[in-house]
Amino acid sequence: MILEIKNLKKYFEIKKGEFLHAVDDVNLSIQENEIVGLVGESGCGKSTLGRTVVGLYDKTAGSVSYRNQVLPKSYSSSDFWKYSREIQMIFQDPYSALNPRMTVKEIVAEGPLIHSLWKKNAINDKVAYWLNRVGLPRDHMSRYPHEFSGGQRQRIGIARALALEPKLIICDEPISALDVSVQAQIINLMGELKESFGLTLLFIAHDLSMVRYVSDRMAVMYLGALVELGPSYEVYYSSLHPYTQSLIASNPEPDPEKERHRKFIILKGEIPSPVNLKPGCRFAGRCPKVMDICRGTNPVWKEIKPSHFVSCHLH
Amino acid sequence: MAEVVLEVQDLKVEFDTYGGVIKAVRGVSFNAYKGTTLAIVGESGCGKSVSVQAVMGLIPVPPGRVTSGIVKLRGNNILGLSHSEMNKVRGKEIGMIFQDPMTSLNPTMTVGKQITETLSVHEGIGRGREAKKRAIDLLEKVHIPEAANRVRHYPFQFSGGMRQRVMIAMAIACKPSILIADEPTTALDVTIQAQILHLLKDLQRENEMSLILITHDLGVVAQMASEVNVMYAGRIIEFGPVDDIYYRSQHPYTIGLRAAMPSSEEGAKRKLQPIEGSPPDLFHPPIGCGYFDRCPYAMKICESNEPEPFLVGKNHYSRCWLHHQRSQTKLTDFIKQDTKIYKNNEIMS
Repeated sequence: MILEIKNLKKYFEIKKGEFLHAVDDVNLSIQENEIVGLVGESGCGKSTLGRTVVGLYDKTAGSVSYRNQVLPKSYSSSDFWKYSREIQMIFQDPYSALNPRMTVKEIVAEGPLIHSLWKKNAINDKVAYWLNRVGLPRDHMSRYPHEFSGGQRQRIGIARALALEPKLIICDEPISALDVSVQAQIINLMGELKESFGLTLLFIAHDLSMVRYVSDRMAVMYLGALVELGPSYEVYYSSLHPYTQSLIASNPEPDPEKERHRKFIILKGEIPSPVNLKPGCRFAGRCPKVMDICRGTNPVWKEIKPSHFVSCHLH
Repeated sequence: MAEVVLEVQDLKVEFDTYGGVIKAVRGVSFNAYKGTTLAIVGESGCGKSVSVQAVMGLIPVPPGRVTSGIVKLRGNNILGLSHSEMNKVRGKEIGMIFQDPMTSLNPTMTVGKQITETLSVHEGIGRGREAKKRAIDLLEKVHIPEAANRVRHYPFQFSGGMRQRVMIAMAIACKPSILIADEPTTALDVTIQAQILHLLKDLQRENEMSLILITHDLGVVAQMASEVNVMYAGRIIEFGPVDDIYYRSQHPYTIGLRAAMPSSEEGAKRKLQPIEGSPPDLFHPPIGCGYFDRCPYAMKICESNEPEPFLVGKNHYSRCWLHHQRSQTKLTDFIKQDTKIYKNNEIMS
């Protein structure tokens, strides 16, 4: 087990005594060399979960262990130094994630130089190697971020994360800002990197259809909690939770004939506020299959089929 | 065929930048018909947004300029109209909704005021009780709950999906005959996207609007469009009825896009096939076909000569030399190998 998240909670205090439950009691374990997709709509807490795992946010409760070593509740700068070699992050917005005043070379080499991994005279070759791995030519290293397209910037962000040769990368929506043809490039790149470097990835996204191509397992998150977890093809083709089902049913497919005969499950309303949650299932207010029990009692996290978990009263 | 509401011919748009002149739109022609949906698809930077901004007279001059083209709204040219004349068209004849509802709404005005502003400009309705009633009606029409209350709220008090509904309410306030939606759901979650797309369809049916939908999402196109323009590097490279574009794609770029997209059919095993490389630099537009550098089927001629649109099916055009009747290579030579997705692809003569 490379990463073990146990009962992790992250609350933000928005007023005195009023808490926003961004991540509420999440359990998730990731094996070595596995890609786990974490999907959900904006505001469901998936990015907060990723950021809490890498220590960008302090943990409110619960624990995160990396290779059986419990990570600190609150990171000091030496903790970042210690763990950033092993755990890296790729950010969603390739425009704000890169320092506009640094060249690509400085961006990619910054981490390895801090960790004294690269010799000064080898920097150019090392940077060129990583740029090449993500599909950028060597002569781009002296350019600045604004000279690149979104897809290219995302590649620079990936090269920066890879340069430290980490074991685990948290990818926070690395493809959602990119064009279709480029999304497939990045998805395939992630798959290749997993194979060639033995990487483990937590791949955060809002688009199930793309993520299932790259991930071994998928977790679906709603309003701060996981509602379903299982092997990717099972979660996609035989999903158990009504929320997962409606996510898949809302996603239009590039097939006009199918779209004409699509059975829509249009969810009413939007994600409710994660402040002062009522007891009962979080999805009850929007669920097309809601029952009386859902409004009062929290569903329990159950293993319905081998390694396929769901929290829903229907099962 | 339904009545033509908008006719665009040979539209060209350039921008002056520090790096030189960028030729964003390089000769685009299309028609929009009453009550139907025309989708314009393409990747960022292909000129799809700039094309419709030019139609709406929204190109900032300078640095931009429209160097050629005709835009006819029910037969009358509207390209190059003065600012005040264009204001009579915008919002009244053609409504527009944008990708990011937060930056296109005025953050300092209540949504009610913003809706009535459109009405007062075009229909001379004052700001009194009647205007407010119309604003509430419109908010109800786009399914905003508690509209009577919400009309007094500011944009920041709405969620992303709700803001997009407000934008739609403003755009349809004067019952325009054309609604241009520029990536209307790109910033939204899928469950909210489904709601907004449904709403757009209902409104279109009700008002017999012509909808011009700009998007990069081939799923959204499949769900909404009757006809599709595929744009690449400032040109329309393939045009046709939606089924032809999806099941009988003819241009290598369209075929590439389809292979790069996930679809639920094939199970998890198929690898996505990305299109390698990136679009050409429009500072120096290619002399030949814009897709030459990335095209797996490129021939010698493609580098130096731009193909004209070839008729490849009923009302289906593709700009590719492979369709030339004397072309030594045919698309069928290649796509036989890609079994599953292209099984419907056969060159029509």
